[in-house]
Amino acid sequence: MKPQMLIRIALRSIRRTKMRSTLTALGIIIGVGAVIVMVAIGHGAKSRIEQSIKNLGTNMVVITPGAANTGNVSQGAGSFNRLKIEDAEKLKRESVLLADVSPVIMAFGRIRGNNGTNWRCPVYGVDPAYQNIRDWQVGQGQFFDARDLRARRKVCVLGATVALQIFGDGEGAALGQEVILRDVPFTVIGVLAPKGQTASGTDQDDVIIAPYTTVQERLAGHQFIAQILGSAASPSDVVAAMTEAKAIMRESHKLGDWEESDFQVKNQADLADAATGATDVMTILLACIAGISLLVGGIGIMNIMLVSVTERTREIGIRMAIGARPADVLLQFLVEAIVLSLLGGLLGVALGYGGSWLVGRLTGWPTMIDGVTVSVALGFSAAVGVFFGFWPARKAAALNPIDALRYE
Amino acid sequence: MAADVIRIQGLTRTYIMGANEVHALDGIDLTIAKGEMVAVMGASGSGKSTMMNMLGCLDKPTSGSYELDGERVEVMDRNQLADLRNRRIGFVFQGFNLLARTSALENVELPMMYERARKKDVREAAVAALARVGLADRSSHLPNELSGGQQQRVAIARALVTEPALLLADEPTGNLDSRTSVEVLALFQELNDNGLTVVMVTHEDSIAHYAKRIVELRDGRIVRDEPVNPRGNAAADLAAIDARKKGNA
Ligand SMILES: Nc1ncnc2c1ncn2[C@@H]1O[C@H](COP(=O)(O)OP(=O)(O)OP(=O)(O)O)[C@@H](O)[C@H]1O
Ligand SMILES: [Mg+2]
Repeated sequence: MKPQMLIRIALRSIRRTKMRSTLTALGIIIGVGAVIVMVAIGHGAKSRIEQSIKNLGTNMVVITPGAANTGNVSQGAGSFNRLKIEDAEKLKRESVLLADVSPVIMAFGRIRGNNGTNWRCPVYGVDPAYQNIRDWQVGQGQFFDARDLRARRKVCVLGATVALQIFGDGEGAALGQEVILRDVPFTVIGVLAPKGQTASGTDQDDVIIAPYTTVQERLAGHQFIAQILGSAASPSDVVAAMTEAKAIMRESHKLGDWEESDFQVKNQADLADAATGATDVMTILLACIAGISLLVGGIGIMNIMLVSVTERTREIGIRMAIGARPADVLLQFLVEAIVLSLLGGLLGVALGYGGSWLVGRLTGWPTMIDGVTVSVALGFSAAVGVFFGFWPARKAAALNPIDALRYE
Repeated sequence: MAADVIRIQGLTRTYIMGANEVHALDGIDLTIAKGEMVAVMGASGSGKSTMMNMLGCLDKPTSGSYELDGERVEVMDRNQLADLRNRRIGFVFQGFNLLARTSALENVELPMMYERARKKDVREAAVAALARVGLADRSSHLPNELSGGQQQRVAIARALVTEPALLLADEPTGNLDSRTSVEVLALFQELNDNGLTVVMVTHEDSIAHYAKRIVELRDGRIVRDEPVNPRGNAAADLAAIDARKKGNA
């Protein structure tokens, strides 16, 4: 019998029991649909995260306070923040592999423009090298330099958003103006080029950058060292630079050989792993859900095919009586099972597309459906049909013509 | 010798029903030559259907031998038997056995779907077979939209469409009125005249006398095997019936 004939017979038989077939395929429809939606969300998030980490800058090494197991209760509250300016200065002095080093001091408080406009955003006290490490471009004016740092000048560089909000969008409108942080006026000497949002939706342009010496002196009591950033001379140096930085830091903190480090050194790969690790776990979880739902869907299909074989015993007898070979009967029911589950898979894919679109619209999350996911989903549905349809089909093919014909 | 279509020897079929055995066929010897038209008769339960199922390769004998066209059937596997049913034998069942919710035309096409080496146009052959049984205008009807006689004729068209050498019919007129019965027999006689070997089961002498030979079974044994004399002419009888009807009207 020709394949298109088998498919026609299968479609006709499915159409005759529309309701039953739909309910049977529902397991597969929902399973495939759910998996496609989840994978679309996972993929979208992962690619956004990877993209934004790539945007962080190249060859970067990040030192953060706290031991590796940050959940540790035994750490006293005071011992938590153990990064000091001296650490950064020692790294800068002694490190061979780190080309640039900068502490990042975070300060907070109300911000006011000399035109009276109020604003609220983080203030970073950094080294001029910070610009290099982060690979940030200055849009207008200039970044502060080593002399500004040494002289503790009250100068600052505004992120594009801050400049716009306080001083408006005129070209150079912010330059030469002042922003007042906790009663201390800082002169604006530059505005950064816009960088946009991070994966988590934070505006990277909503920030003020100032020399860390000035921030430390003028905003004392309202700041802490969030991290120390460094950048290796080349990508191949990153791992060695991390080892070196760790050694220098341990020396700086006067840690004994047996003592755990009270800081962490990470590179971009670590950051990427941490950020995408969650999505990897989710992907494995999804695969499990997919497997279970396809299994359940497959058992549903096997069940309905067994019912179908019993119901159509006379039909099988007639077909055998007029010359159908056992293989013809087997193929007929196998194709029916495959068509049924494949139709379920196709509807599931359609549902997945619709669902992803809807989720994207409602939440604004990026979603991404790739051809691989769709073809794997369809392939799995077909495989489910073969696997769970085989036994009922073989049962049909094993019937004796005369017994099948006599079946009531 | 090669002219024998059917040759069976010592054929038995025993059903085991719990403790007791039912000898539905109890040692049958029968030879049917090409071109014969045989009526199998006998009381209900005498083993007629059981024998037809053996002849049609739908069931396997408990013992004995069966040669169809000189080939031994009992040694064949399921595929060979399927091909035999497909090409050599046309079977008309006691209860029509058409596929439900499938048009008359598609029912007739069905055997050709399972033909290994199909040479002719399926649709064309099916249309011709339906025309031959006088149902050209009913080809798109479903079985439940046809009368009993029409369903029986669709079943006959299906049996004939692969041009078998042997037609087996189990009570082909069991559900038909007398006029339609004669009509079916007229068709059988015509086919037989053209060389088809026909074996049919019937309870009625009036039907059996259209055959060339009568074989009677009792309790699974052949108790009578004789030629029909004089033989009826179904076509002529049909014309007479129609003429009488017209006269009455
Ligand atoms: N599947 C079966 N299992 C057990 N016994 C059976 C089976 N089929 C037939 N028989 C028995 O075999 C005997 C012959 O049955 P068969 O159907 O051949 O009779 P028949 O001559 O065709 O009767 P009828 O004229 O009523 O159709 C009967 O006694 C019947 O009870
Ligand atoms: Mg019978």
